[in-house]
Amino acid sequence: MNAASPVVREQELNADAQALFRYVLRLGDLSLVLGQRLGEWVGHSPALEEDLGLANVALDLIGQARLLLTYAGEVEGRGRGEDEIAFLREHGEYLNAILAEQPNGDFGQTIVRQVLIDAFQLEVYERMTTSSDERLAAIAAKSVKEVLYHLRYSGGWLVRLGDGTDESHARVQSALDNLWPYTVELFAEDALDRTMADRGVAPRLSDVQAAWLRRIDEILAEATLRRPKDRPHSWHGKRGQHSEHLGYILAEMQHLQRTYPGARW
Amino acid sequence: MNSVRADNRDPAPTLANADADRRLSLAWRALAAVEDPEIPALGIVDLGLIRFVTLEADGTLDVGLSPTYIGCPATEVIRRSVERALGSAGIGAFVVTQVLSPAWTSDWITADGRRKLEGYGIVPPERPAASMRDILRKARPVGCPRCRSTDTECISEFGSTPCKALHRCRACLEPFEYFKCI
Repeated sequence: MNAASPVVREQELNADAQALFRYVLRLGDLSLVLGQRLGEWVGHSPALEEDLGLANVALDLIGQARLLLTYAGEVEGRGRGEDEIAFLREHGEYLNAILAEQPNGDFGQTIVRQVLIDAFQLEVYERMTTSSDERLAAIAAKSVKEVLYHLRYSGGWLVRLGDGTDESHARVQSALDNLWPYTVELFAEDALDRTMADRGVAPRLSDVQAAWLRRIDEILAEATLRRPKDRPHSWHGKRGQHSEHLGYILAEMQHLQRTYPGARW
Repeated sequence: MNSVRADNRDPAPTLANADADRRLSLAWRALAAVEDPEIPALGIVDLGLIRFVTLEADGTLDVGLSPTYIGCPATEVIRRSVERALGSAGIGAFVVTQVLSPAWTSDWITADGRRKLEGYGIVPPERPAASMRDILRKARPVGCPRCRSTDTECISEFGSTPCKALHRCRACLEPFEYFKCI
């Protein structure tokens, strides 16, 4: 017994660390992939102000991703840093919900995607400030303020577009109809989400969903938009099964590190 | 500790205290001279980025530094400037610790910092937005730093740096920057 118990404990520790590693990747990859997507707008936005706005949000998201992926690397304990995790993982190792990787479309579609994810991150980070994991609590405390500001930007635009012209209203309503089914995955609780919530590391996704829905309904009401009906979903970006879009994102994002391994800024 | 030391030829504890005070004040003086790379009028101490300077048991000075925005490119420049300033301040061993929580807020900009911002033509932050209603409907007009008119509009929630938004005065027609509230 005496000889066996340390081994058992070590295995438990590894399983714990493995779960935390995957959970932190889910958070970090959501920020990283969305940040990369928003970066595609630089130089292409409808106006200079929106170029600045989207780039600034992207910068904050990549800042979040850096903190989270650095932490993931430490939890994993194999000596991987933020750059290796961001630039040298394969498609199936990315654990973001696939809403983040959906194409930018027109400006309205980008804004709809942004509102949906900003509100999600806001509800998650707000609750995570009291996480039993001190590091995540600190990252959440910092991120939640920035995310609130992101939602102010994206929510403000959704109201202007939704409650704007017939054309802008029709475009954002159609983007909302198209993107809504992907939101189901954000709240689809699996064993990992449950373990993290049980340990007090992460908030309960059902709580997050209820609060998210209240916030989204408030914005949609102001924007005179109609909330689409929930439909069953069959995607599992959080488990590493992605749409074809992620491959193109990674090809661009990882090109430099793969071509010139170890290149530094 | 002093009481067990009968030998008064060795005033080490007092010296050590004096030395600690000297190092702390040198450190603060060096930090006060570090400017924000994007708003040169403003020091990082004015911005409220230095959270603590403490003397560790092993004699190392620990300096707590918070980022304004986690993705702000100035964050690394500031950290290097802080290390350089402390390195040449003659304070001995030190470490710079990144402090994320509690998160930096624009409320921590000192009164002096707010004056400097205003003098530089950047409107200092007012108060953090409290509710969704505040967030969606820009609640309070921001006064123009030049003509003081409150007939202003927000052109962009984001400006030339992560910490600023872009506004325009409808009275004097000048654009101006507003330091975001977070």
